[in-house]
Amino acid sequence: MPKLKVDGVEIEVPAGATVLQACELAGKEIPRFCYHERLSIAGNCRMCLVEVKPGPPKPQASCALPASEGQEIRTDSEMVKKAREGVMEFLLINHPLDCPICDQGGECDLQDQSVAYGRGASRYHENKRAVTEKYMGPLIKTVMTRCIHCTRCVRFSEEIAGVDEIGALYRGEDTQITTYLEHAASHELSANVIDLCPVGALTSRPYAFEARPWELKKTLGIDVSDAVGANIRIDSRGREVLRILPRVNDDVNEEWLSDKARYQVDGLTRRRLDRPWLRKNGKLVAATWDEAFAAIAKVKPAASIAAVAGDMVDCETLFAAKALLGALGSNLLEGRQTGLKYATDNLAAVNFNSTFAGIETADAILIVGSHVRWEAPLVNARLRKAAKRGAKVFIIGPAWETTFPATFLGEDVGIINAVPDEVRAALLAAKRPAVIVGGGGLAKGALEPALALYSEVHSALVITDENEGWNGFNVLHMAASRMGGLMLGYAQGGGIADLGAAKPKLLLSLGADEVDYAAFADSIIVYVGHHGDKGAHAADVILPGSAYTEKAGTYVNTEGRVQFAEKAVFAPGDAREDWTILRALADALKVSVGFDSFEGLRAAMIAAVPALGIEGLADYGALPTGVSGTAAGVIAYPIKDFYLTNPIARASETMQRCSAELLHCETFAEAAE
Amino acid sequence: MADRHLEPDSPELRARWGGWAFNPAWEAKAKAAIARYPAGRQRSAVMALLDYAQRQIGEETQTQGWLPIPVIEYVAQYLDMPVIRVVEVATFYMMYNLVPVGRYHVQVCGTTPCMLRGSDDIMAACKARGMHLGHVSDDGLWTLTEVECMGNCASAPMVQINDDNYEDLTPERLNAVLDALARGETPKTGTQEPGRHTVEPVGALSTLTAMVGENHDYRGEW
Repeated sequence: MPKLKVDGVEIEVPAGATVLQACELAGKEIPRFCYHERLSIAGNCRMCLVEVKPGPPKPQASCALPASEGQEIRTDSEMVKKAREGVMEFLLINHPLDCPICDQGGECDLQDQSVAYGRGASRYHENKRAVTEKYMGPLIKTVMTRCIHCTRCVRFSEEIAGVDEIGALYRGEDTQITTYLEHAASHELSANVIDLCPVGALTSRPYAFEARPWELKKTLGIDVSDAVGANIRIDSRGREVLRILPRVNDDVNEEWLSDKARYQVDGLTRRRLDRPWLRKNGKLVAATWDEAFAAIAKVKPAASIAAVAGDMVDCETLFAAKALLGALGSNLLEGRQTGLKYATDNLAAVNFNSTFAGIETADAILIVGSHVRWEAPLVNARLRKAAKRGAKVFIIGPAWETTFPATFLGEDVGIINAVPDEVRAALLAAKRPAVIVGGGGLAKGALEPALALYSEVHSALVITDENEGWNGFNVLHMAASRMGGLMLGYAQGGGIADLGAAKPKLLLSLGADEVDYAAFADSIIVYVGHHGDKGAHAADVILPGSAYTEKAGTYVNTEGRVQFAEKAVFAPGDAREDWTILRALADALKVSVGFDSFEGLRAAMIAAVPALGIEGLADYGALPTGVSGTAAGVIAYPIKDFYLTNPIARASETMQRCSAELLHCETFAEAAE
Repeated sequence: MADRHLEPDSPELRARWGGWAFNPAWEAKAKAAIARYPAGRQRSAVMALLDYAQRQIGEETQTQGWLPIPVIEYVAQYLDMPVIRVVEVATFYMMYNLVPVGRYHVQVCGTTPCMLRGSDDIMAACKARGMHLGHVSDDGLWTLTEVECMGNCASAPMVQINDDNYEDLTPERLNAVLDALARGETPKTGTQEPGRHTVEPVGALSTLTAMVGENHDYRGEW
C-alpha cells in the first residue's frame, strides 16, 4: 500500500496501482485515449502525461507507470499543461476537422479533451494524412482518417473477444487499423469496439447520421435478447428507439453488450402488431379492441384456459396472466416453449449459482450442451477470462469455435453419466469447480446427472477462504423471461406437452413465438405480443402488446438477478402495455384479478413472490441432494442462427444482414457514393 | 514508405502461391528458429520465418523475394498464430517485401546524413538508369526504394542492395556497382572510397590525435 502525494495531497493507493489510478483515487482527472481499465496497457497515446518525482525531469505516461512509495505527482504544473497541449496538437495534426459530419460529435473523447486540454489553435499548415476506409462488416462503419491509433479496438478483439481479427498494419505515420483483408468483424461482441473508439473512426453503421447524442432521451433498461439481462441504456427520440448502448454493471455485463442486443432495435419498428386482429374464415382481419374482447368472451373458457409465455416477457405480464388464469380457476402455465421439462421444484438447481462474476474465478469448468458463444456471448467473455486465468474447460456437445482453450469430450450427452477420469480429476482437484448445463443439455436430461456429478465434486471440496460459500452448479438459460417465469410458476411437470394434453379451449400466448402450435389446433389461440411472427400466424385473436422498450418491467436473469427496466417509448398504434390488455381481458371474461394499476399489480406480484421486489440476486436456497438420473442422446444446440433468435431480431434488417453476411457468407455490394 | 501496401488478394495470387511450402533446406532452418524459443512460444520465431519464406521465394523467382498473402497465411499456420498478427509484423518491417521485387532491390538511404552527403544525386543516378520508386524495372533486374537510416552515416551516402551495403557512393561509383551486378559479377561491398577499409577517418585524424600512438587522458584539457 504505497503512500504518495498527488498535487500535494497525500493518499494511500492499493499495491500494484498505476500513477494514473492513483491520480483518479485522488480525484484528479487524467485525460487519456489508449488507456482503458478493462484492456491491457498500451501507453501509446501519451495523453496521460504527468510530472513525477523522483524520476527523470520530463513528463511521464501515468497509465504505464507503477505508483510507488513516496512519489510526488503533479497533474497541475506548467510542465503537465504544456505536455498535454503538445500531445493534443500532435494528435490533431492528422485528425480531420470534420466534427460537423462525424457521428461521434457530442460524445467524442477527442473533442472533449481538446476543448479541455488543447491549445485552441493549430500551427500546422502542411497536408494532412488520409487513410482509405476499411470494411469491417455490417455493424461497424469506419472513417480511418480520424483514427488516432490508440489500438483499443485491437486490444479488445484480442483480449476480451478472443478473436484476433483487428490489427495495426504498417508503421509510424502510416499505421492503419484494419481487419485481415478487410473481412467483416464476425464475433458476437464486435460492436463494442464502437464504444471503445475514443474518436469517430469506428462508428455504428446502422445508426449512421441518425441523431446527435443531445437529442436523445436516455432510459435505463434491461436487455431481453438472451438470459444474461445485460444492463442497457435505451436512446430514443420521439416515439422511436434509435440505439441501445450498454450500461456499466460489473456483475452482469461489465460494460459490453452483444451485437444482437445492440442492433435488434431496428426490428422494433418493423412487422409490428399495431392493432387487434381477428381470424375470420381462416384469414386474419383487422378489428377493434371491443370486437377482439367480444370474440374472446364468446369462447367462455372458464377454467379451460392455458397460458404459454414467450422468451422476452417481463414478470409483471407473467403475473398478470397468472392472476387472470387463477381467477378463472386454471394453473396451466408454461414458459418453456420448446418442450423442455426439467424439474423446477428447487430453483437453485436451474439457476446460474456461481454468478457471472464468480464463473471468472472458477478453475475447472464442465459445460454440458451449451453453445455459450451464441447462447450468452457475455458469459463467453467471462469464460475466456477464467480460461486465461488457468481454468480447465471441458465441453460436452458438438464442437463450436471457442475463444479459449477447451476440450470437447464428444457430442453424446451420455458422457455426463460417467465423465472421463481426466475431467473428474480436474473437477475434484479444483478449488472452485463449476458445471454449466445449457439448453442443449437440459433437453436431453443432463440436469440430474450434472447435479449428481456436481454434488459429488462439491462434497469433496476442501473449504478454505478462497471458496467459502462457492456454488459452482450453473444452468445457462437463453430466455430473458425464464427465471422470472419459473419463480412465478410457469412450469408444468411434463412441460408444454401438459398444456397440449389438457386441450384448453383458450390458449393465451404471451409473445410465444417458438411454440409448436400444431398441438393446440383445437384451442382458440389469443396472442398478446408485439411482432407478427410465428405466434401471430397461428393466432385466432391478436392483441397488440408492447416490446421491452415500451413498458416498465421486472426481469430475472439466469443468475436469478432481479432487475427493473424503465419504459422508454410508447408502443405504436393501438398497441397497449401487456398488463393493461390482460386486465381488460379479465373484465371481458367477467372475473376479478385484484389490481387496477401497475403499482397494484406490482404490489400483488411482490406479495406473491417477495424476491421479485428486491433488486439483486434472489435466494433459492441450497442445491437439492440425492438427485440421480441418466441422460441419453446426441446434443443439438437450440440456436441455429445467433442473429435471428427472437421476433424482434427476425424483424430487424440489421440482424438479417448480419445473419446473411456473417453466418451464411453472402456478400453485399456497397452502394456507390 | 507511404506507398507500402500488400499485394491484393486475387484468385491468380491464390493459384500461384496457394500451395507454397518451405522446402527441406529452409524448413530445417525454420525448425531451428522455432527451437530457439521455449515450447508454446513458437510465435517468437515469426520474424525469422517470414525472412526464410521471403528468401526461399527469392531463390525460386531469382529475385530478392517477397511475401504473397498465401505465404503469410502459411507462416501463420506454421506457427499456430492468428494471421493478422503475422501481417502486422510483415507490414511493419521494411525488410519484408510486400510486392514482387526485381533481382536487385536497390534501397537508397535518404535520411539526413546521406542527404547532406549527396543521396539526391544517388537517387537521380538510379532513376537515370530507368528505375522507378517502388517499381520493378522493365528488364526485371532492379527495384528502387527510398529507405530511412540504415546506420551507415559515417560512410554516407549509401545504398543497400539485397543483403549488401555499398557506401561512400558517388553517381559514378554507384553506376560501376550496378553495372557489375548487371553483368552478374560480385562487386566489392562496403565502402567504395579507394583506400578506405571500413568507416575509419578518411585521410589524417583531425581529432583525438594524441590517442594515435598511446592512450591519452584528455580530461584535464576539457
